[in-house]
Amino acid sequence: MSTIATHQLTLRAGERTLVENLDWQVGPGECWSIIGRNGAGKSTLMRALAGLRDPASGSIEIAGRRLPDWPLEALARERAYLAQARQDAFAYSVFETVLSARHPYHDSRYWEGSDDHRAALEALDAMEVAHLSKRDVRTLSGGERQRVAIAALLAQDTPLLLLDEPANALDLAHQVGVMSLLARLCRERGKTVVAIVHDLTLAAGISTHALLLMGDGRWHAGSAGQTLQASLLSDYLAHPIEMIEHGGRRIFIPLETPT
Amino acid sequence: MHPAPLPLRQRATLIVGALAFAAIASLLVAGMSGSVPVPLSELPQAVMQALDGRGDTLAASLVALRATRALMAFVTGGALALAGVMMQALLRNPLADPYVLGISAGASVGALFALLLMCAAATVDAAAVAGAVAISLLLYLLARRDLKHGSAAEGGTSQLLLTGVILMSAAMALVTLMLSIAPESRLRSMVFWMIGDLAGVPLRLFPWVVLALALVYSLRNARGLNMLALHAEAAATLGIRVGALRKGLFFVSAVLTASAVNTAGSIGFVGLIVPHACRFAFGPDHRVLIPSAVLAGGSLLVLCDTVARTVIAPTQLPVGAITALIGAPVFLYQLHQLRK
Repeated sequence: MSTIATHQLTLRAGERTLVENLDWQVGPGECWSIIGRNGAGKSTLMRALAGLRDPASGSIEIAGRRLPDWPLEALARERAYLAQARQDAFAYSVFETVLSARHPYHDSRYWEGSDDHRAALEALDAMEVAHLSKRDVRTLSGGERQRVAIAALLAQDTPLLLLDEPANALDLAHQVGVMSLLARLCRERGKTVVAIVHDLTLAAGISTHALLLMGDGRWHAGSAGQTLQASLLSDYLAHPIEMIEHGGRRIFIPLETPT
Repeated sequence: MHPAPLPLRQRATLIVGALAFAAIASLLVAGMSGSVPVPLSELPQAVMQALDGRGDTLAASLVALRATRALMAFVTGGALALAGVMMQALLRNPLADPYVLGISAGASVGALFALLLMCAAATVDAAAVAGAVAISLLLYLLARRDLKHGSAAEGGTSQLLLTGVILMSAAMALVTLMLSIAPESRLRSMVFWMIGDLAGVPLRLFPWVVLALALVYSLRNARGLNMLALHAEAAATLGIRVGALRKGLFFVSAVLTASAVNTAGSIGFVGLIVPHACRFAFGPDHRVLIPSAVLAGGSLLVLCDTVARTVIAPTQLPVGAITALIGAPVFLYQLHQLRK
């Protein structure tokens, strides 16, 4: 059974059709990159998958069940979603922020249990933000805040992770760290990851599959080997791209535009 | 099953316990203070007498009068503080207060109109509630999108806030209009109504029922409130019914505000300052914030009202003037501390 299955999924923003008749299957343990230009509908698709936005037509199934049929709490134990932007209005601590992502496991308890505390601490450790545990989230730098948000996602401990630009605002080391952590979660713990990625080399390093979005309805889905090709990417990103093989890795270089 | 690590729970118990103690202390102070002080040692006896309906001794009748006023001050302060907490979480804006969406302005229009027509006190009350209900229904109709379930639930509440602010200005324009055409003889009672005053408030059960129900609702949803305040975008993906919670917060805080305004007019600053001070002192976790804000808000208004009726006795000041005089500098001080 696929973790995500979309049937004839069409997404529109106003008059524009972003994605048309998307038939897409994501299997357990797969690590997908979603690639496309700004405004191509990557975030819109991600929000639709998270259940935050109704599709114009077609349907989305998560773990074999159509999205509208999922009870919200059960769905929150099935998939986690990392939003692109965050703004914090109140002085919650980093620890409270991560702990609160355990909400779907609480049933009717008023306080979190010690198992929730353990999960939150492990997530903080995994994202190397344990030392910030007591800090007010509003005082964090952009990259630190992003890592705390990803830690909350890990604490939610779901089989499916949907991430809207997880590498956003991270420094080089943490970009590589987060992406390889995601790849490891897929490989070793059988989690399914769908992430919007702009760095093609990073995407090629971790993903097993990729979904390319053109922004006018067209899309292309397939294995990483088949989709992450210079010609296809140049087409979808509207910029000439060259691929170099180096030490078994594929490196993508945007060519300079002729002036 | 999974016991919460004790510090969190213990801390909450400690805070709420201390504030409950402070609340009782504030009620005792209110009972003792006045132009004829009742010493603490005579207070229990006087209370017993008053409860038995034998209010014939001076102490007993004084205590009965003061207790009525203090209890109504407490329930009003608690309701305003709780409505403030809910409004701030709903709008994700720490500057929101129970009046920001114009509920109290609507109540003022109703009450002032009734006062202008020289209606009886009961009619003024009813008109105030009618005004609050009318403006909240209007607001709900205009800004329904922000409170809807489903696809729009992930969005913000800017439409609600802006619509509320505009409705409030419109209502305040009506208030100004009525004040300017009001005959001299009615003006004083109208202005006092607007400042907020607890003099001569009868003991009523209704505001307590409203506060108790609102407290139950908000405590049951305390974790949801945290999610809403924390993960604006992602609350729904954590299993929160965002639309239903927003609707609930809107209506419960509107009823709380209407009930408080109906009891004592629009007393300013309690609904803004108390949630702020509690968040500043005890942290933003609504599971602690909600009970502590209710207790602190109630105690604060009891003390302010005691000051209002004693400071230049026998003249009684409207309590709204005292809360504003205390509230504005306290708020500025907190703001200054936060900046550091």
